Amino acid sequence: MAMLGAITPVLMAGLDGDNSWSLKDYVARGGYEQLKRILINKMTQEDVIGEVKKSVLRGRGGAGFPTGLKWSFMPRSFPGDKYVVCNTDEGEPGTFKDRDIMRYNPHAVIEGMAIAAFAMGANRGYNYVHGEIWELYKRFEAALDEARAAGFIGQNILGSGFNFELFAHHGYGAYICGEETALLESIEGKKGQPRFKPPFPASFGLYGKPTTINNTETFASIPFILKMGGEEFLNLGKPNNGGTKLFSVSGHVNRPGNYEIPLGTPFATLLEMCGGMRGGRKLKAVIPGGSSAPVMPADVIMDCTMDYDSISKGGSMLGSGAVIVMDETVCMVKALERLSFFYHEESCGQCTPCREGTAWMYKVVHRIENGQGRPEDIDLLNSVLGNIAGRTICALGDAAAFPVQSFLKHFGSEFEYHIEHKTCLVPKDVQWAGSGFHKIPA
Amino acid sequence: MFSADTLEKFAREVAKYPADQKQSAVMACLAHAQEALGWLPPEAIEGVANYLGMPPIAAYEVASFYNMYDLKPVGKYKITVCTNLPCALSGGYHAGEYLQQKLGVGYGETTADGKFTLKEGECMGACGDAPVFIVNNRSMCSHMHPEQIDKLLEECK
Amino acid sequence: MLEIEIDGKKAQVPDGSTVMDAAQQLGVYIPHFCYHKKLSIAANCRMCLVQVEKAPKPLPACATPVTNGMKVFTHSDLAVKAQKGVMEFLLINHPLDCPICDQGGECQLQDMSVGYGPMKSRYTEEKHVVFHKDVGPLISMQEMSRCIHCTRCVRFGQEVAGVMELGMANRNMHSEIMTFVGRTVDSELSGNMIDLCPVGALTSKPFRYTARSWELQRRKSISPHDSVGANLVVQVKHDNVMRVLPRENDAVNECWISDKERFAYQALSSDARLTRPMVKQGGGWREVEWNVALDYVAHGLKDVAREHGGDAVAALAAQSSTVEELYLLGKLMKGLGSGNIDFRPRQSDFGSDFKRAGAPWLGMRLADIKDLDAALVVGSFLRKDHPLIAQRLRQAAKKYTKVSMLSVTADDQLINLHANLSVAPSQLVFALAAVVRAAAEAKGQAVPAGLENVQTCDTSCRIAASLLDGEKRAVFLGNVATQSADATRIHLLALELGRLTGASVGFLGEGANTVGAHVAWALPSGANARTMFEQPRKAYVLMGIEPEFDCANPQLAIAALRQASLVVCMSAFKNDPALEYADVMLPIAPYTETSGTFVNIEGRVQSFNGVVKARGDARPAWKILRVLGNVLNFEGFDYQSSEEVRDAVIGQGVEFVPGLSNDVNDLLLSLPAAPVAALERIADVPIHFADPMARRAPALLQTADARAPMLRASAGTLAALGLVAGEQAKVRQGEGVAQLMVQLDDKVPANCVRVAAAHPTTAMLGAMFGEITVERA
Repeated sequence: MAMLGAITPVLMAGLDGDNSWSLKDYVARGGYEQLKRILINKMTQEDVIGEVKKSVLRGRGGAGFPTGLKWSFMPRSFPGDKYVVCNTDEGEPGTFKDRDIMRYNPHAVIEGMAIAAFAMGANRGYNYVHGEIWELYKRFEAALDEARAAGFIGQNILGSGFNFELFAHHGYGAYICGEETALLESIEGKKGQPRFKPPFPASFGLYGKPTTINNTETFASIPFILKMGGEEFLNLGKPNNGGTKLFSVSGHVNRPGNYEIPLGTPFATLLEMCGGMRGGRKLKAVIPGGSSAPVMPADVIMDCTMDYDSISKGGSMLGSGAVIVMDETVCMVKALERLSFFYHEESCGQCTPCREGTAWMYKVVHRIENGQGRPEDIDLLNSVLGNIAGRTICALGDAAAFPVQSFLKHFGSEFEYHIEHKTCLVPKDVQWAGSGFHKIPA
Repeated sequence: MFSADTLEKFAREVAKYPADQKQSAVMACLAHAQEALGWLPPEAIEGVANYLGMPPIAAYEVASFYNMYDLKPVGKYKITVCTNLPCALSGGYHAGEYLQQKLGVGYGETTADGKFTLKEGECMGACGDAPVFIVNNRSMCSHMHPEQIDKLLEECK
Repeated sequence: MLEIEIDGKKAQVPDGSTVMDAAQQLGVYIPHFCYHKKLSIAANCRMCLVQVEKAPKPLPACATPVTNGMKVFTHSDLAVKAQKGVMEFLLINHPLDCPICDQGGECQLQDMSVGYGPMKSRYTEEKHVVFHKDVGPLISMQEMSRCIHCTRCVRFGQEVAGVMELGMANRNMHSEIMTFVGRTVDSELSGNMIDLCPVGALTSKPFRYTARSWELQRRKSISPHDSVGANLVVQVKHDNVMRVLPRENDAVNECWISDKERFAYQALSSDARLTRPMVKQGGGWREVEWNVALDYVAHGLKDVAREHGGDAVAALAAQSSTVEELYLLGKLMKGLGSGNIDFRPRQSDFGSDFKRAGAPWLGMRLADIKDLDAALVVGSFLRKDHPLIAQRLRQAAKKYTKVSMLSVTADDQLINLHANLSVAPSQLVFALAAVVRAAAEAKGQAVPAGLENVQTCDTSCRIAASLLDGEKRAVFLGNVATQSADATRIHLLALELGRLTGASVGFLGEGANTVGAHVAWALPSGANARTMFEQPRKAYVLMGIEPEFDCANPQLAIAALRQASLVVCMSAFKNDPALEYADVMLPIAPYTETSGTFVNIEGRVQSFNGVVKARGDARPAWKILRVLGNVLNFEGFDYQSSEEVRDAVIGQGVEFVPGLSNDVNDLLLSLPAAPVAALERIADVPIHFADPMARRAPALLQTADARAPMLRASAGTLAALGLVAGEQAKVRQGEGVAQLMVQLDDKVPANCVRVAAAHPTTAMLGAMFGEITVERA
């Protein structure tokens, strides 16, 4: 079962069959029709990009950059190789939507990439797949074989003269490779260390060639946008926030999972779709866009709709659409400790503020959690995060700083309590009670 | 160093990339080498480096950067537990504790019989299915509550 | 051009410049660690964050391209706050061990922490500890906790040395610089990483704990170790050389020196130095006063010349002798009535003597190598013979220069080569002839006379085509070409190739003063470096050379020296073989203890002064020769200073010597008869055995480059000879036999064995590129 629930499903519509990932099923659902239409009717590159622009499809990986605009940055007349790269290195805590796309609808990604390649004049592509979802990497390779055999990728596709070779490249355990230039370094067979920008990938990307990198969900949306038309897709959502989007809901809800809803749907509706809070407990906080997004207190998120603009207005970001729901049993110090450990662990180690600063922040939060906090620690954390944010090569520095900053801002009293009382505000026996983990036999 | 079968896999990986970019295959080749040998001894890293025509230290940089590569021997079954926040909210910590209790080892340790190695992992991109484990970097196990954990350990012969 | 304003100062900078480039042009200092002008931009230390107008965040000056009208503030609150923040991060895990750190006093981190560091640390957690590493005898990596991860050393290996030996393993704060599983760093340029390291993580092993930087006096000097004439800073304490560092000169050595140049100084203060004049009497050696020794030499030489004629006296000098020394030695010989003087002990073919139009040289400036469209290097162990020229060609090849090699082994030059052809030494001349013919055919010109029977191949055509393409091209003749038995023919073929293609023709030069020796006219009018031994003389003067290691055919040289009635050995070092054949040992001052002049391979005149007092009774060789001239009452030995000598030879204030030319007159292109199919020796001169100083530097002798020579041959040759890798074999040339370990090396051409020269184990062998026989031991 692909989806736990949806309102006007697009991407995940009709995925109820036993083999929804097969070429046969995809074609039966109307798959590859858009690629055919483009190539046989000889649509122009401008037409395709124009349609994507109309849809106001914003990048689904986290940054939310308009896809059509990004595509138009690719140099048209570049004489050598150009690349399209799909970012399926889904490792942002809370995010698990691309996994389901890869699991149930891999051909939509392939078709979307082929259309993108056509629109940008690229002839080679790679899909970088998170190493941890190995089974789906293999499934994607099988899908590539099917698509190749059917002539949807490869040389002279559908007799059009258009060539597009597409391959899968797997990661092997490094969150940072979700950063697009780290991902390119990784494809080049190096450590995943982000590059300084400029130059941007559109001019100096994979192997130094013009490259466009999009998220899996972004590519998978392309065939549907072309099918229904950009405007109709836009109208599914709200202005400047086109279309439907997958939301990965995790944490203290009754039915964690992926939900496809139009952008602009109230958070309350989404929470309802997830069956409400686990055990009927009270909502405490939500991280609305993956762990790098600032945390929002319950009252603020309850007033938001799920789209880029509303969440941004509420003081956070929609990011990848990963909604981490926390109830009243969560100790916010311990929660931040785990996130801070994550950013420290996943720092590539390249640039000073991130390498040193993430470790420092973790150590201080760890100390507070373990009853060794000092009154000056909160100021210290705010100062250290201020010296990281905006000073690093890539956004991981910011991503590590935002949680600390927002947890301190909204839940500072819990940290103060920890420091003063050397113990948690949330009683030990209640902590993490919402986990739903069946009791460990004594 | 490598079997004909492994070398054939190497060749398939290299074929994915432009002819002058063989190094691109290093991650895949290291993964195949690890699958064949159980872990990545220095000779295997050097073997892959030589196969791809890159400096051994460059291959080592890669092998030591990505955390699914094992630069030390591991047990027959390496179980990686996600304890990141979204998983923890749904039992990730508890599942890890339960496993530690059952196996009698902590994270980063291997059981005395060499059968199990336990590792604490970062986000596997499956938070909705928490608690989640990955066994031997290959198969993901979802909803790992006590009964499922018992069953998994039972199946690991 | 783009306009930029930094801290209110305006500048015009070329398109593509970074803010750091512009700041340097304006003389505005922006603090930095990872940035280095010769390395790629990493932007990882973040120390150079500056404020850029309209940018919301501080930007790294090293990586931010200048845009027209950009305004930059390096000292604004935003910039300084960012810089201080980075400084604090760099210090939190850095050990506070400055008092015992070798870098103390010359540490960028230390310096900058004064300007940007906090007074008191807010970091109260435990500091991260990084395990020490052993990477060989030259670089110490004992305190890697000091590393700030700037990756300059890694980038140097990848980009300048051409071999990535260090890498940054792991990630996050566990990142650490290391070699692959504890291997040694073997690059011949490795010591530069010590200079590049901004902290005390990589330090000089030989220098460690011997002095504090502020105790050292810094003196300028010139490297005597190869033809580039690298500019040096020699650091001294109490009249001892403590350390040798590069002195930046972009036109010569940029900011690099080879490990040989950096560490050979260890020999200077070692027990190996010869410090007293000695005379052999009744089979035993006696230390004597200088006047006694010089009287003995003067009378000895005069007696031989009187009794047997001037032709019975010969002199042979090292190519690292100064212009002044060579000039006076020549004058002395002339006074004795001898024309038998030479400085080319490794050469065996002197066919171009008396025919050359000028002093042979590089044919271009070193700094222009980067602009070449194509280059062909003929007969060279390039990386080891000319590390800095190899480095320049490596950089050039990365851009667009097509660099080809035509030599006697296919050694990895760590250069992205356009073509690489290796042939047996006797075939080198034919292989070059094929390139000449290919060039003629490609141009549609008649095949030059004498080359009618030459066969071209794909590679020769490829090389010829590269030399015909583009504006600036060059043919370089390396040491093997100079030392070849076909040296003259190779020279003529190179000239013909130059004529056909428009490429310049030049020599890489065997020694620090090869060009200077020609200018000083230390050239034979009588017997040359070969014939002076082939037809033994009664008396020899040796200056700075060790014939058992430095001659083309040591066997022949030693035999001649043994039969002579007087051998005067001017040497900075004790030398056991010399004690046997010499009659007088005169301690001369090495380059650090004398003034003098080297003319490098591009003709650049570089004079230097002594930087320490001469050791013991050692004296500058030019002074010894002057006194000898005086004692012998020869005219023209009245010089008061080495500068006077130089001015007499070259003139005053000359930057480049005149009279440089690689042309030859009155010689016709020809090829030798096809060689008989005999097993051939290929003898390289291992980098650290190439001169008497390096031979005695303990740290250099522990490097991979100083491993004892082995018998190296391809699998096919080994099979044909019945040899097995890992076993011992006996090689024989004439009377000389050496027993060596057999090593498989597929870079050696068929029917050849590579047996290095200049090492005690092979010193008794014969010609470097002669016939050789091999048997299992």
